[in-house]
Amino acid sequence: MIGKGILKGMVETARNLTGSFHDPDRLTTVEYPEQKIPAKENARNFPFLIYDGDDWETGLRCVSCQICEKECPPQCIYIEKDKEKKPDFLGKMQMQPKIFDIDVSVCMGCQICVEVCPFESIRMDNDFEYAGSDRFKSLLLTKDQLAKSNKYYHSIHPTEAQETDEIRVQKREDHLAKEKAKAEKLAKAKKEAASKAALSKAETAKEE
Amino acid sequence: MWFEELLIAIKHYLVLQMPGSLQPVGSAFLSCLPIMTSFGGLFALATLLERKMLGRIQNRYGPNRVGPGGLLQPVADGIKMLTKEDIVPKNADHLIHFLAPLGLLVSAMLGLSVIPFGHRLIALDIETGILFFFAVGAASELAIFMAGWGSRNKYALLGALRAIAQMISYEIPLILSALSVLMVVGSLSLSDVVQAQSGGIHTWHIFTPWGFLGCILFLISTLAEINRSPFDIPEAESELIAGHMTEYSGFKYALFFMAEGVAMFAMCALTATLFLGGYHAPFPILSFIPGPVWLFGKLTSLVLLFIWIRGTMPRLRADQLMEFAWKFMLPMSVVNLIAAGIWVALDGGVAAWISSGLLNFVAYFGWSRILSQASRFSPRTYRYAEEAGVSE
Ligand code: SF4
Ligand code: SF4
Repeated sequence: MIGKGILKGMVETARNLTGSFHDPDRLTTVEYPEQKIPAKENARNFPFLIYDGDDWETGLRCVSCQICEKECPPQCIYIEKDKEKKPDFLGKMQMQPKIFDIDVSVCMGCQICVEVCPFESIRMDNDFEYAGSDRFKSLLLTKDQLAKSNKYYHSIHPTEAQETDEIRVQKREDHLAKEKAKAEKLAKAKKEAASKAALSKAETAKEE
Repeated sequence: MWFEELLIAIKHYLVLQMPGSLQPVGSAFLSCLPIMTSFGGLFALATLLERKMLGRIQNRYGPNRVGPGGLLQPVADGIKMLTKEDIVPKNADHLIHFLAPLGLLVSAMLGLSVIPFGHRLIALDIETGILFFFAVGAASELAIFMAGWGSRNKYALLGALRAIAQMISYEIPLILSALSVLMVVGSLSLSDVVQAQSGGIHTWHIFTPWGFLGCILFLISTLAEINRSPFDIPEAESELIAGHMTEYSGFKYALFFMAEGVAMFAMCALTATLFLGGYHAPFPILSFIPGPVWLFGKLTSLVLLFIWIRGTMPRLRADQLMEFAWKFMLPMSVVNLIAAGIWVALDGGVAAWISSGLLNFVAYFGWSRILSQASRFSPRTYRYAEEAGVSE
């Protein structure tokens, strides 16, 4: 019969219309700026620089080796080295960046910079609320905007941050072990040299 | 009635203040002013209501950012439309391109002038009111074709051609179903039509066999006449960008929308007048509430019905649309006319009820059965999908 299907459809839409007022399952809209869905753990957007401790300038892990700058596919990282060096977490003197800029309007979020960084100093952020009135300046993030604490990293990507920390602990242990081995070797060499010297002294004394 | 008398008294007082030579013009102006302002305002509210309701039908909120609950959305839309650049294509026929939106709005507004909004509250009380209404309504076809032709754009022209074909086809059932009312009332004047339904809800034409079918046919043809979903093929976004409005921008585009809205109100007001008792209250006890309130209430509920239909149905294909008009609407409206004739012949008693009701009932079920057997009207079967076991 002509018209039956139409009536059925009208009943269905009427059910939607009234249902959306009392059934929260139907109205799934999240009103964005006021309400937010917490980000998924693996969500990532643009990179940021990690620092340890409280002061971002001294704690910055980046040693400005410029590997990420060379690897970044769209070439959106710009680094200039500083002349001053500063000690890293192992106590070695390292370079540091004077300028570290990422143009997030160009960055495509590929995470290659993260993969190649040998110093665990650059990681992906999940902040997506970037907007600027200016095409060039406001989306060019500078060093101070990029620097974020390790604590923040733990809060956004806990699993990954844990792994990163473990790598660093491992590195420190390796370093300490190496230092120890070096020191032992040095001590041994010294001892040997000393005993050799003593021996040769004794020999010369015997000959005389 | 006190409200209508008050309005009329105010108008008379104002007219008497004018110098004698200006009085006819002033009187006409004062009659137009309330119609133009109230329907302009109603249009703004209806756009908001439409978006809100469509949103709810699709389980979302709809506009809720501007003002409390999105109430100021029409203002924001208006400002946006007015500040947009008005682009006219280089090769367009400038005069026709310019006149089309105006013509459409004028023809829509003119239709409202013969609608009785209350007792004696009618801008243009002429003997042949309904004829006038359909005549100026038909002028909108001309305006739409002017828009399509003047823009020098293939989409616009195609949209306009579709609009003409559709409006001419649906004009016939529209007028035939309105004719049944005129036959029974025996007058072309809309005031007489309303007067015939003054006795309360049981005298409304919709509660007669011919009125019921006539009202449904009238509403369906109305949807097609004002190019509303599901008959919006003249401006089918997915096929024709925006049909005849493709080359319009800024204020002219807004005028098109306004004209469509006003045409919808005019048609709904006519439906309410013909079938739903016009400005009369459903029960005589309630007649202390002024007539315009009743008419606007009925009009708004019809608009809500249209929005509901829009939220429910997909767009028809052009050939389905034509088939529906010529194979279903036209025969049904002719049958309805015969039923109205029987009603008049038997003078509206129980016998008239039974015989005209039976005629309509049998015609509707029989005809839809016959049509359903012609496979084009029956539900489609998806052979391959069903064989693969995908169907429900
Ligand atoms: S972020 Fe990493 S790879 Fe890039 S310059 Fe700094 S240390 Fe080198
Ligand atoms: S995420 Fe990719 S595009 Fe963005 S800075 Fe790193 S390497 Fe460049």
